[in-house]
Amino acid sequence: MELYQHTVQEIGEMLARREVTAREVLASSAERIGRVENKIQAFITLTLEEAEKTARDLEARDEIGGLAGIPCGIKDNLCTRGVRTTCASEMLENFVPPYDATAVKRLKSAGAVVVGKLNMDEFAMGSSTENSGFFPTHNPWDLTRVPGGSSGGAAAAVAAGEVYYALASDTGGSIRQPASFCGVVGMKPTYGLVSRFGLVAFASSLDQVGPITRTVTDCALVMNAICGHDSMDSTSLKVPVPDYTKDIQEGIKGLRIGFPREYFQKGVDRGVKDTIMEALFKFEELGAVVEETSLPHSEYALPTYYIIAPSEASSNLARFDGVRYGYRDRYAQDTAEMFSSTRARGFGPEVIRRVMLGTYALSSGYYEAYYLKALKVRRLIKEDFDRAFEQYDILISPTTTSTAFRIGEKAEDLLTMYMLDMLTIPVSLAGIPSISIPGGFLNNLPVGLQLMGPPLSERTLLKAAYAFEQATGYHLRTPVLEVYGT
Amino acid sequence: MTTAEYEAVIGLEVHVELKTRSKAFCHCATSFGVEPNTHVCPICLGMPGVLPVLNREMVEYALMTALALNCRIAGYCKFDRKNYFYPDLPKNYQISQYDLPIATGGSLVIETENGPRTIGINRVHMEEDTGKLVHKGSIMTTPYSLVDLNRAGTPLLEIVSEPDLRSPGEARMYVEKLRLILLYLGVSDGKMEEGSLRCDANISVRPPGQQKLGTRTEIKNLNSFRALERALDYEIRRQIKTLAKGERIIQETRTWDEHEQVTMSMRSKEEAHDYRYFPDPDLPPLRIDPAWVERVCRSLPELPDQARRRLSEEYNLRRYDALLLTASRDILDFFDDCVAQYPKPKVLAKWITGDLARLLNRNKLEIKESKITPASLVGLLRLLEEGTISGTIAKAVLAEMFTTGESPDKIVRERGLTQISDEQEVRALVGDVIAENSRAVAEFQKGKDRALRFLMGQAMKASGGKANPELVYRLLREELSGR
Repeated sequence: MELYQHTVQEIGEMLARREVTAREVLASSAERIGRVENKIQAFITLTLEEAEKTARDLEARDEIGGLAGIPCGIKDNLCTRGVRTTCASEMLENFVPPYDATAVKRLKSAGAVVVGKLNMDEFAMGSSTENSGFFPTHNPWDLTRVPGGSSGGAAAAVAAGEVYYALASDTGGSIRQPASFCGVVGMKPTYGLVSRFGLVAFASSLDQVGPITRTVTDCALVMNAICGHDSMDSTSLKVPVPDYTKDIQEGIKGLRIGFPREYFQKGVDRGVKDTIMEALFKFEELGAVVEETSLPHSEYALPTYYIIAPSEASSNLARFDGVRYGYRDRYAQDTAEMFSSTRARGFGPEVIRRVMLGTYALSSGYYEAYYLKALKVRRLIKEDFDRAFEQYDILISPTTTSTAFRIGEKAEDLLTMYMLDMLTIPVSLAGIPSISIPGGFLNNLPVGLQLMGPPLSERTLLKAAYAFEQATGYHLRTPVLEVYGT
Repeated sequence: MTTAEYEAVIGLEVHVELKTRSKAFCHCATSFGVEPNTHVCPICLGMPGVLPVLNREMVEYALMTALALNCRIAGYCKFDRKNYFYPDLPKNYQISQYDLPIATGGSLVIETENGPRTIGINRVHMEEDTGKLVHKGSIMTTPYSLVDLNRAGTPLLEIVSEPDLRSPGEARMYVEKLRLILLYLGVSDGKMEEGSLRCDANISVRPPGQQKLGTRTEIKNLNSFRALERALDYEIRRQIKTLAKGERIIQETRTWDEHEQVTMSMRSKEEAHDYRYFPDPDLPPLRIDPAWVERVCRSLPELPDQARRRLSEEYNLRRYDALLLTASRDILDFFDDCVAQYPKPKVLAKWITGDLARLLNRNKLEIKESKITPASLVGLLRLLEEGTISGTIAKAVLAEMFTTGESPDKIVRERGLTQISDEQEVRALVGDVIAENSRAVAEFQKGKDRALRFLMGQAMKASGGKANPELVYRLLREELSGR
């Protein structure tokens, strides 16, 4: 077994026992990147030299334990001081932030070794990473397929063993859906649990930073490092942060699990449905009480999301105007033309589409009919969850409606593409935590299992996820890249 | 201005820059007149991924202002984004307050020729300022524009009046009074010329007695009290002229052209921006604890109206003197300092609003910048009261104090200005005057008081102003009647 194949937990212990050095660990990851990155194309920017320096410094300071010395990747919409942060957009192709995002800063102070910035759908708008302004990323389980999105680079890099874990962001499923497609673990924490400072905003009321890892324990380890109040983010929660690994092995005897029937109905592939149903039996075997329940407003989640998110995005992305940083159309004749042509050329089609949608939804005369109504529906969706959590500790559903599709397959069919996220979006609207873990396999492609809980129930979710992971061993299956059509 | 056929209806929107230590949503220091783009950070530059954090000092200043304007404080308010593209607006949206401002429904009293008038305040809300563009020459022909973002993110209050003002003069008085209140509170510099107090006006005309408001125009770029008055004056005439011709007023935004002294159309209602306001998801709604409001309310300093009432009621000062003495907090502080040391408010009022004010005006100085201190003025008045110097000499000594900053005692001592109160000396002086002015003496004896005043003046003159005037008067009478 090569070093890169170990989990965060294992490699952390090996480092602590001084069986390996940070530089040896990095070298293994770097070698893996060298071998598979041309197939996966997960990275927009590699920072192996800086990583080498970090590893050396850590060794010099004899800093070990936790995440110290373990290579990771950062989704390219999280600002990294001195390293360009592009959001996979030509608009920010050469933008180098003078600051670290708070979550990145916390990883760095825990000794994380950042090896690069990961590909994504432009400004996190998309579900396949095909909307990257630079190049698509390939799914390690089948290179002809998408890795999901928008954090496709992050999920693919973790699944392919290029990094031990990645830091990503989730607005409507952008962590969970690619984690599902790539057979890894992805958690969207409770809104406000991880600081958004330095995360380039897409939809501020939905955006949340979270980890993508290979195991549930690794997820808990990264959560330990990134969660907690930040005075730089006014929406950051002031709550104590527990040790997420504590009692993770406790088991789930008596845990009350609901499965919302709406999440198993039309639009969800039969195979996916069956796989998750089977998973539910596994939870019963493990001692949980599993029952059907209902989240009646779920069907309105998608249209609600596609009003709120683009509305916020239309305002959040207004700052990309070519005046202070980023791309500028230098041939514009006046300011108005500079604004419009900079934005017309700097943004890709999906970003422009959503900015237009949001601008329309917020316009005078439409605001009440769209934005305000969407806020009301959002409230109803949240109340559905509140009611469900009076009866159940957690809810379980498929993460996505299907397994990974082929690159280009849905590019022409936007609505189907948007529909892919219908199972992850309600959680985002409700601001509650959720984790996607491998729930089985269909035709050698991973199927994601989504666990949802009430606000700040991350520990319960991790415990349940851990029990299932250990019982099934799905996390031990890895994609075979070396023999695949090289 | 109200003609027989029309009355003007004016409402003002005043933007006030608050002099908090740091900006509204970041740690940058607020500044004026420093090197461009030196008081900036990723947050006020609108860099990707940054977030605003509310400055509580801004809220505190807003509360002070709102309370001073008798507003109702909202228990719950929120911040909204006002979206529009302009190069001086880093995020291309301004954080402002739209439908739930921090305060509503206040008032302010102005002193018109026809007595006090209460002007309604519609609302007070918080927002952030924009940066500034620097053009080479005219904005229309400049080959490039430079962006200075030092001001971007500076806390602003927008204070919106009801359409209660009826003339350009009243509009001016309203802004002056508002400014005075802000200065008393110490929340703003209130400098119109430097842009820390900016004003837009909404104006319409209608036949007197008509309830319905006429179509209004909004006038921008009113950068001084003069501009405010003149622009309103011009606009009222323009609207009346337009109506007189049987034409309609077009609802539009107009700008005051200082050079041409006219208002010009900027954009019509149809071209008006759609700001697409929506609640800022980066800032949670603000709940204002009643205890906080209570605390701010208790710590409010004395305000101009209260001070004026105190001066009139406690010291029995004339209304006009009370107005002058409360015209700035510095003058009032000066006066109060003096009264504390020398409890003769009427005498103090006379000297401060008279001779001292004249010296200040002539030298274009503020009271704080002058070399006269409450202690030195009181020292002078004591010398006068004790009879050490005469009133005439006191005026001269004050002027000397104003120029040199010397103490009155020193000036009086070194210049030998001590009043002559020696009876023998003065009687000799009076005798000389009577001897030299036989005509005046004769007239006095015919019963002309004017002659006595003349003789008095001659005697004072002969003493170089140093003779004790009361003594001179008594002795003159004695000597004259003795004949």
